[in-house]
Amino acid sequence: MSKLLWKDTVDSANSIAVHCKGLTKSYGSGSNQVHALCGVNLEVRTGELMMLVGPSGCGKTTLISVIAGVLERDGGECLVFGYDFKQMNSQEKTRYRGKNIGFVFQMFNLIPALTAAENVAVPLIINGVKRREAIDRAREILCRVGLSDRTNAVPAEMSGGQQQRVAIARAMLHNPKLIVCDEPTSALDHETGHKVMELLREVAVGVGRAFIVVTHDARIFEFADRIAKMDDGYIVSVESLRTDLSNKNNTNR
Amino acid sequence: MNFIAIKMLVGNRAKYIGIVVGLTFASLLITQQAAIFLGLMTRTFGFLTDTALPDIWVMDPKVQYIDDLKPLKETESLRVRSVEGVAWAVPLYKGLLKARLPNGTFQTCNVVGLDDETLIGGPPKMLEGQLANLRSSDAVIVDIVGANGKLARTLPDGSRVPMRIGDTMELNDHRAVVVGICRVQRTFQSQPVIYTTFSRATVFAPRERKLMSFVLTKAKPGQDIHALCQRIRETTGLAAYTREEFKALTVRYYMKYTGIPINFGTTVVLGFIVGVAIAGQTFYNFTLDNIRYFGTLKAMGASDFVLLRMILLQSATVGAIGYGLGVGTASALGLLTGSTELSFRLPWQLLLFSAVAVMLICAGSAALSMWKVVRLEPAIVFKN
Ligand SMILES: Nc1ncnc2c1ncn2[C@@H]1O[C@H](COP(=O)(O)OP(=O)(O)O)[C@@H](O)[C@H]1O
Ligand SMILES: [Mg+2]
Repeated sequence: MSKLLWKDTVDSANSIAVHCKGLTKSYGSGSNQVHALCGVNLEVRTGELMMLVGPSGCGKTTLISVIAGVLERDGGECLVFGYDFKQMNSQEKTRYRGKNIGFVFQMFNLIPALTAAENVAVPLIINGVKRREAIDRAREILCRVGLSDRTNAVPAEMSGGQQQRVAIARAMLHNPKLIVCDEPTSALDHETGHKVMELLREVAVGVGRAFIVVTHDARIFEFADRIAKMDDGYIVSVESLRTDLSNKNNTNR
Repeated sequence: MNFIAIKMLVGNRAKYIGIVVGLTFASLLITQQAAIFLGLMTRTFGFLTDTALPDIWVMDPKVQYIDDLKPLKETESLRVRSVEGVAWAVPLYKGLLKARLPNGTFQTCNVVGLDDETLIGGPPKMLEGQLANLRSSDAVIVDIVGANGKLARTLPDGSRVPMRIGDTMELNDHRAVVVGICRVQRTFQSQPVIYTTFSRATVFAPRERKLMSFVLTKAKPGQDIHALCQRIRETTGLAAYTREEFKALTVRYYMKYTGIPINFGTTVVLGFIVGVAIAGQTFYNFTLDNIRYFGTLKAMGASDFVLLRMILLQSATVGAIGYGLGVGTASALGLLTGSTELSFRLPWQLLLFSAVAVMLICAGSAALSMWKVVRLEPAIVFKN
């Protein structure tokens, strides 16, 4: 696969990837109750990188947790590629996540005892690919994220930036339709974070795949197609950075 | 996912070693203490194991174990002999007598008097001399451990000279000449064992009206032993047991009336608790260390079933290694102490017993970890 310029990524399909309406979620009960989401309306399209920004504690992590199906909502609607996690039992949810959703975390969450290639192979193995083949494919994708010489390194032997690149490779190797990233650059210095985002745009954002990146790091806003601003459990505004996005999307499919 | 489970386990070196050491210690403690206990229990009926020829032991009905001596009149052997189905029945004397050694010290000995004619009930293995030599006057046969140990002579310079053929001692003021050295199973009391003939034993023994301890009985070929026991009981009013029954009776006595089982049982339970405390706890902590990664796997689509299998594999792995090391160490200790006073018996049933104990510890700790992982909300993966 040739390197895609990030401008070209808008050439992907324009269907709705994530649809949230009136989404609510609160933690705790009684006087301790915290309303983390108070009626969130949001649409994320395939092929776009949606950035979710806002002050700490405004509900960003809660929102992507619900969207990614690792947290159950209280009320409202939330459809991911037309599927509603609330309609699935826990087995179906788990299987759906394994096939369709990729995760990138602030603290990388690479298994310390596994090499880079083994870590990247994990989602494939979970989806039933044989270990040998999964690791071979993991090596290939590690080359694409520029880590061809680190495939046998364990996380402790890698820098933060390298670990996050491994995590990105892990999130995309099994070709999920939606990738959620929670503060992917906040454990990295500015320059490394910038490079990681560049890489994300280059190799991961692509046809038919939706991206939600949570951040409060203004320096990476430029990598977004659209930015949704959150405050106190609401989406307060959605802003398009790539003005040509909607036009191009409309011309496809 | 299995290789991931193993790598996670081995990768956390400190906890891994901690768990294995805990399980090793537990299975060592359980196996070794139980083996010593079994060894001791085997010793209680060592004399019965040695005396393999008779099928049935006839004795006073009040006898509770092999060393519980309640003598019978000698004529009882004739009555037993007359019971239908008995091939032969011979008297046996068993008693504790004081031996006076050449240097003037006294030693209590376990004296066995064999039927003068047949010498039935003799030692299982003669090392020097012949059993038939008992027919010469004042003759006795002593066991090798006694001859080398408690019956040995101490020279002025402190060195010990084992008792030999031709040596003499006094049993209750009667002269006795050693005509043979034999090997017998260790007995519980560990006194020297001295074999002689029945009539000579009655001379050695203090004057009493009844001197016969047991009637050793053989069934005719084709006889139902249990039915014969029953007939002997009915005809003579005495107790009649097969060798296995008498062994069981003896063991039961020791189990019931001595503190031995409680003592060893306590240690075995202690080993189990140590296993649960060290290995179980450390295993649970190991799972907690990795809870973030279990959560990540869960978020990425690993089912509970897969995660539980990973935990089971991890606990089975440490269990197998800990068990192997523990039982191995216990066997090595058993071999090392095999020639000493320590009793040690490690039959396959005991290996199975400690395997089950280790499995219980592992299953227990795995269950705790599995409960934790099943209840784990995958949303924790986004917590920092
Ligand atoms: N597990 C939880 N239990 C209770 N309150 C929580 C929990 N997780 C988040 N919260 C609260 O919900 C609100 C939103 O949290 P979060 O979604 O993590 O915000 P953000 O990611 O934008 O910083 C915060 O007030 C936070 O304290
Ligand atoms: Mg957050």
